[in-house]
Amino acid sequence: MSIEDQGLRETAQESDHGQDGRRLQHAEAATKPVAAKTAKAAREPQPRGARIRGDRPIDQAEAAERFLAAPLHQKAHDARLWDLRGKRDTAAFGIPEWEELRDLASRIKTHTLANLDRYLEEFEANAKANGVHVHWAADGADHNRIVHGILKDHGAKSLIKSKSMLTEECGFRHYMAGTGIEVIETDLGERIQQLDNEEPSHVVVPAVHKTRFDVAEVFARTMGTDPENDDAHYLAESQRMHTRPLILDADAGMTGCNFAIAETGTVVTCTNEGNADLSGNVPKLQIHSIGIEKLIPRIEHLGVFIRLLSRSALGSPITQYTSHFRGPRVGSEMHMVLVDNGRSERLGMEEFWTSLKCIRCGACMNTCPVYRRSGGLSYGATYSGPIGLIIDPTFNKRKYSTLPFSSTMNGSCTNVCPVKINIHEQIFAWRKVLAEEHQIPLLKQGMMKAAGQVLSRPAAYRAAIGAADSALKVLPRFAVYNPLNTWGKGREMPETPRQSFHSWYKQNRMAKQDGAK
Amino acid sequence: MRIGLFVPCYVDAFEPEVGIATLELLERFGLDVHYPFDQTCCGQPMTNTGCHAEAAATEALFVRNFSGFDYIVAPSGSCVHQVREHLTAIPQTDDVKAVRAKTFELVEFLHDVLKVEAFPWAEFPHRVGYHSNCNALRGIHHARPSELNKPAYSKPLDLLKKVKGIEIVAPSRPDECCGFGGTFSVFEPAVSAKMGYDKVTDHAQAGAQYVVSADSSCMMHQKGCADRLGTPLKFIHIARILNGAAA
Repeated sequence: MSIEDQGLRETAQESDHGQDGRRLQHAEAATKPVAAKTAKAAREPQPRGARIRGDRPIDQAEAAERFLAAPLHQKAHDARLWDLRGKRDTAAFGIPEWEELRDLASRIKTHTLANLDRYLEEFEANAKANGVHVHWAADGADHNRIVHGILKDHGAKSLIKSKSMLTEECGFRHYMAGTGIEVIETDLGERIQQLDNEEPSHVVVPAVHKTRFDVAEVFARTMGTDPENDDAHYLAESQRMHTRPLILDADAGMTGCNFAIAETGTVVTCTNEGNADLSGNVPKLQIHSIGIEKLIPRIEHLGVFIRLLSRSALGSPITQYTSHFRGPRVGSEMHMVLVDNGRSERLGMEEFWTSLKCIRCGACMNTCPVYRRSGGLSYGATYSGPIGLIIDPTFNKRKYSTLPFSSTMNGSCTNVCPVKINIHEQIFAWRKVLAEEHQIPLLKQGMMKAAGQVLSRPAAYRAAIGAADSALKVLPRFAVYNPLNTWGKGREMPETPRQSFHSWYKQNRMAKQDGAK
Repeated sequence: MRIGLFVPCYVDAFEPEVGIATLELLERFGLDVHYPFDQTCCGQPMTNTGCHAEAAATEALFVRNFSGFDYIVAPSGSCVHQVREHLTAIPQTDDVKAVRAKTFELVEFLHDVLKVEAFPWAEFPHRVGYHSNCNALRGIHHARPSELNKPAYSKPLDLLKKVKGIEIVAPSRPDECCGFGGTFSVFEPAVSAKMGYDKVTDHAQAGAQYVVSADSSCMMHQKGCADRLGTPLKFIHIARILNGAAA
């Protein structure tokens, strides 16, 4: 056994256990490390995400194929997320009233969205009464300008922030890069992604597509850690030591929002690292960015969502920290920015508005067999996986026109969704909208038109499959009758039988019937 | 009871023996089974791709062929799901609504309508893994999906357990999609094939000799994947086993 082999084995064992020697059950990193025979084999370059070319449609299939071409990454990714799905099942099945809870959560969200104007006004009034400065942002650019303005007013030079999909959606970090104000992500996974100048690939575990070896490489490059040391504790501790002084010295802090309670004007965040608390409580200036769909009416409703959120996301009963931010501390200032960024418009979409119920648990991603084999970055969008397929086209119909097709519509996403969004049905509905608006490739639509013409005329259909040396020329037309033979690339072709059912029936049954007459 | 037999296009072309088994099986129960001769397809390839307008004429033809039967039965959960849930590109006349409501997948027809107690002619002394088509599972409720905290049941396994000598083995991810996904299989071939490889490997590791399903489309894809990998699995439609196929 080489030294490298030994090193790998030791780190693998360490990574499974906490400092007290007990096995980590519910931490995000508790899944089994990648098994690799040699360190060299484990160091496979990390596949990168979809190529972004302005508004041109994302080629998710192309990016997914590159992800699949990195088998160590793909296998680890699939295993980690499937493990989360399994833990989710165990946690969910531990609660007899689980399905009722989902139903209740769905109804609370539906009610809130149907009365959103009222609850937003209530939230604003209560937040103001708590001494909070409340801002309204129509879109991402508005949000970025408002936050930048607050920071400028206070002469802030650095901002610590916890993970927020909303700020990703607004392109906040990219915007801030040009302002001279340093932004420091405090969530470990998000920090890894920031240091690697890459978007998060998952709403809950943003660096889940990376292996420890990738992280060791990123940290070595950006923080000067030992590139050969990929022990998870060493890496996490290095990041902590590197980031902690930045947190203590920061001029301002920022968080996203899991739930905004109208009745109290409170922002609630759920984290496992306590970093939202650091971001909110350490600097004298704190900013909370809130998507307007995050509202819930009353504090008594929060328990329903808290019971569902972490069980759905990671299979743990609750996140390590559930923090309520209500008003500024003595001597400090608190701002809340309520962001629309397309949500009002989505609320008016008859088939798609219920996607606003989403609480960003990521369960649909963990269970999605396509997502697990493609990696989140293959979607080329802030939101990946099943929920991304139905939200992304509302931001840019052309750019994300391909995404609703990156699905087998198997429906597992809908079943794990804690707020019962009919995700796979919305994927189906998006395909119709996109085809009607000619946002699908002409070749694809042409093939379907031709298929429809043959399949609607029995004589043409019979002529096509009866006369052909094989039915393959027409049937399944969509499968094999195309110049690239994409079926045959990874699969053997089906054998063609001697005769179709149709001709068997004619020969064996109709002849008899005729004879009987 | 007058039954209209719907033999989906890929069964007609690639697995005629599944159509034959379905016909013979229904006849064993004394049913008056008719095969409308002008039938083609349910329209699913088009609607699944979003092209509803392009599916309208095919859907209208389907309704013309199958109006007036007590039940329409097909050996495919996927096609039945299309008819029941998505045959909406044409005006919803009484005829259309009746055809959609009377269309049943073979397993649920045997299990829920005929309530079959035994298949005395059937014997299949092999280890089989069952593959749930996703539309059959989550769309027409063949069984409890693994995600839901509800009492477990499975109509296809209930039927298979009545077959003499059969041994059922479960893969580690019992209802993970196999990656066929209709047009997905050609528009996203790499992910589709990888899902298929993982599926057949899971079945093989569980010790299955045969993969059994109520849907030929998934099995056509899985067979293509197994043959490419060299995985020694055989594939057989549930209609054939219930009709007494030896192997």
